[in-house]
Amino acid sequence: MQSFQEIILKLKHYWAERGCIIQEPYDIEVGAGTMCPETFLRVLGPRPYRVAYVQPSRRPADGRYGDNPNRLYKHSQLQVILKPSPDDVIEQYLGSLEAIGIDLRQHDIKFEEDNWEAPTLGAWGVGWQVMLDGLEVTQFTYFQQCGGIDLDLVPAELTYGLERLSAFLQVRDSVYDIEWAKGFSYGDVRYTDELQYSVYNFEMADIPTLWKLFELHESEATRLLSLYDPKSPAKKRFPLLPTYDQVLKCSNLFNTLDSRGAISVTERVGVIQRVRRLAVGVAQAWADQQQEASAAQGAQ
Amino acid sequence: MALPFLLEIGTEEIPDWMIPGALESLHLLFEKTGIPHETVALDATPRRLVLRAEGLPERQPDTEERVTGPAKSAPPQAVAGFARKLGIRPEDLAVDSTPKGEYYSFVKKVKGRSTKEILAESLPGIILKIYFPKSMYWTGKGGPQFIRPIRWLLALLGDDVVPFELAGVRAGALSSGHRRLGSPEIAVTIADYEQRLRDHYVILSAEERRNRIRGQFDGIHVKADPALLETLVYLTEFPTTISGEFDPQFLELPEEVLVTVMRHHQKYFSVEGASGKLAPKFVAVMNIDSDPQGYVRRGNERVLRARFNDARFFWETDQKKKLADRLPDLAHVTFQAKLGSYLEKTERVMAFAKELGGDAHALRAAELCKCDLPTELVKEFTELQGVVGGLYARVQGEPEAVWQAVYDHYKPESMEDAIPRNRAGRIVALADKLDTLTGCFRVGLVPTGSRDPFALRRAAQGVVKIIIEGKLEISLDPYLADASLREFLADRIRYYFKDIRGFKYDEVNACMAAGWSNLVDLETRLARVQNLRSSPDFEPLAASFKRIKNILEQAKFTGAGAIDGGLLESGPEQDLYEEYKRIAGQPIEKVISRLRPKVDLFFDKVLVNAQDPRVRQNRLTLLGTLLKEFSTIADFSEIVTTS
Repeated sequence: MQSFQEIILKLKHYWAERGCIIQEPYDIEVGAGTMCPETFLRVLGPRPYRVAYVQPSRRPADGRYGDNPNRLYKHSQLQVILKPSPDDVIEQYLGSLEAIGIDLRQHDIKFEEDNWEAPTLGAWGVGWQVMLDGLEVTQFTYFQQCGGIDLDLVPAELTYGLERLSAFLQVRDSVYDIEWAKGFSYGDVRYTDELQYSVYNFEMADIPTLWKLFELHESEATRLLSLYDPKSPAKKRFPLLPTYDQVLKCSNLFNTLDSRGAISVTERVGVIQRVRRLAVGVAQAWADQQQEASAAQGAQ
Repeated sequence: MALPFLLEIGTEEIPDWMIPGALESLHLLFEKTGIPHETVALDATPRRLVLRAEGLPERQPDTEERVTGPAKSAPPQAVAGFARKLGIRPEDLAVDSTPKGEYYSFVKKVKGRSTKEILAESLPGIILKIYFPKSMYWTGKGGPQFIRPIRWLLALLGDDVVPFELAGVRAGALSSGHRRLGSPEIAVTIADYEQRLRDHYVILSAEERRNRIRGQFDGIHVKADPALLETLVYLTEFPTTISGEFDPQFLELPEEVLVTVMRHHQKYFSVEGASGKLAPKFVAVMNIDSDPQGYVRRGNERVLRARFNDARFFWETDQKKKLADRLPDLAHVTFQAKLGSYLEKTERVMAFAKELGGDAHALRAAELCKCDLPTELVKEFTELQGVVGGLYARVQGEPEAVWQAVYDHYKPESMEDAIPRNRAGRIVALADKLDTLTGCFRVGLVPTGSRDPFALRRAAQGVVKIIIEGKLEISLDPYLADASLREFLADRIRYYFKDIRGFKYDEVNACMAAGWSNLVDLETRLARVQNLRSSPDFEPLAASFKRIKNILEQAKFTGAGAIDGGLLESGPEQDLYEEYKRIAGQPIEKVISRLRPKVDLFFDKVLVNAQDPRVRQNRLTLLGTLLKEFSTIADFSEIVTTS
């Protein structure tokens, strides 16, 4: 039987062999691997890129104090970006499942329409949820727009749900019973954070403090964005990546406030708009900054 | 020589529900080329759209084209130049006499273009014009758009490849088999195409896939579900069913919940036991040929178990708080930004229900109907809103009339769907829909074209269906102050009576012109007009009514005053007046045969436009009175007469 970590290592190895840069998880809380700069910003612009990384994805509202066998506050996604997507992208993807020991002549694979949209990121794409014996194991998306910008090259994004895939391979009914490494279960490694973050997110997070933090990060991002000058000769050194970090902070605080029940449905739309404005602002500035950079590189 | 033609557009997996429409569109586009052919057949799997035609000509017929050159008087160099351009000698030119003078000319034979050439030229455009509700770029911004990336193109005319290129893919003579059971590249001819696909685990015909799935139901009592069957037919290239089981303990959960999980979330067929009740079994459809090790069955059983466990958890969690106690929570659920929360909506629905004559049960149901929105089960299975509320109301001891009304209040969800089963349900459903309609129109959320995000058409259709089929004697006028809503609803009423109930459009227009605030009354009048129509007197009388209406309009008759018997001319005018007095107040069905000859005779013999203005005014008053008497059932001038 392959352990959780062996499955991850095999998938990383598989994609490394296909020309992917293997990145480590981004070190700021995100709700999905898509939000990491390695995806959100790299898909913009005309430069090809291939990257794979495991991203712990935090969804405060999905926490269940470690009680629910299928739901987690923090789950692990393997995020693969192939930009532009190769012609045999589906075959390559199916090959990755075979690389972790799934014999696709003995299992049922279906590609069911599932389009993806992230309003806070001004991003959308079309694709499928990939069903393996009735279980959704991967979200497969052809990005069309990011930060409100039409993409020059169409990237394929593959997002593997690693806990689900491992539970499937190890035939476990609860994610907590997955063998992470020899002698250690997923529960041994992760139960405590599921419990404690659920308590914090649902019961103890101080709402006024979270709002204050949200506003601080928002104003820092707004301040920085207002200083970006597309005409400046020195714009290449402008810190857009740190600006984007502020946006990610806002996004996570929004999610925490939401799980705390602090945002009414009416308010929600407005707060989403605020985050979206920042994300789209960064994406547009980034596309502008990269355009110059790649033009300069082409001239050399 | 007649040639067969085969086009296979090989793609990544197309959303199942778009496939039949895409085939229809491909068919139309092919017909538009005007290339003659005997038969066309269309087929598809998720990964291919296929058009096969037979009897195409090898080339178009040759044609002749007359080319006119310089005038006969032109210098010889010009004539020689003209001949050279045509590649002939000057002496081969003819001379035409035209009204403008004599000109050199030549009849050029134009060889018909080959069908292969025409196809090669038109196929890229045809393929890219196939209609899909949503499409994508895959080669990059500004590139071709299609529903999913095109990965191969197979185009054969007879034995030849039709050469063209699209999105970097060159058309050839290769198809592709099932993703895992077949080869990625298979050489085919038109004759062996379908068999070669079958050898590579692709069943091309949707009908055959459908029959294959149905044929494997044997011995299992699968609940018929044609929509799910269609989905699975277009989600697979080689469908094979497996049957699985689940723990009978889950049968404690409401059947609605279990079926929704199986159908919507897992695309499984439900199975009925001997008693007609749900059995702890399901049938799934795989896209492979067999499951000898039972991996697929066990995998699906585990997924279903997890889903059912979730549903049970939600069901039990939700029971901790009564439906009625959730009412204040609705203040935090927005119905629509400008129309407030669901708590506000509930208050409005209750007021509407009261106005519409709802009893205590209806009012209680109106109060509870939206309370399932904050439950975990509805958050997870939004398609079960209403149903879940009804189920909770039942468990929590609400009377049958109440829980059924909550359960049904989103009905009818389509024109085919039934209306709520009891009166309270009809009142609440009507109140809810009227609130949505009046509210949305008030704040300008009016459907435009195909955009109808609040499903107002469905709501309006529901209003019409519930009132008429539920025989609710209510007046719609108070709710239709907004002129655009009035017109919107009138459209739905016309649609209902014409397209669903089969009344003629002029009957509908005629009856609606006499008012439609009370739809039950409108239905009765429509039935009467429909009956009257078989009477031989009907159309002539309708024509006369139209004539009367025109005369009154031209004379700008205002309808003031009474008929002065002394001014009537004896004969047809007097007779008509006497007849009117005899039949006034009686239903038109009874008197039509007596009235018609009198009206005919009147128009035959009497000049309305009399010299004496008093006589004229009196005649107009007589006609106006007559028209008014019989226009409460319908405005007969709207009837389209054949004569």
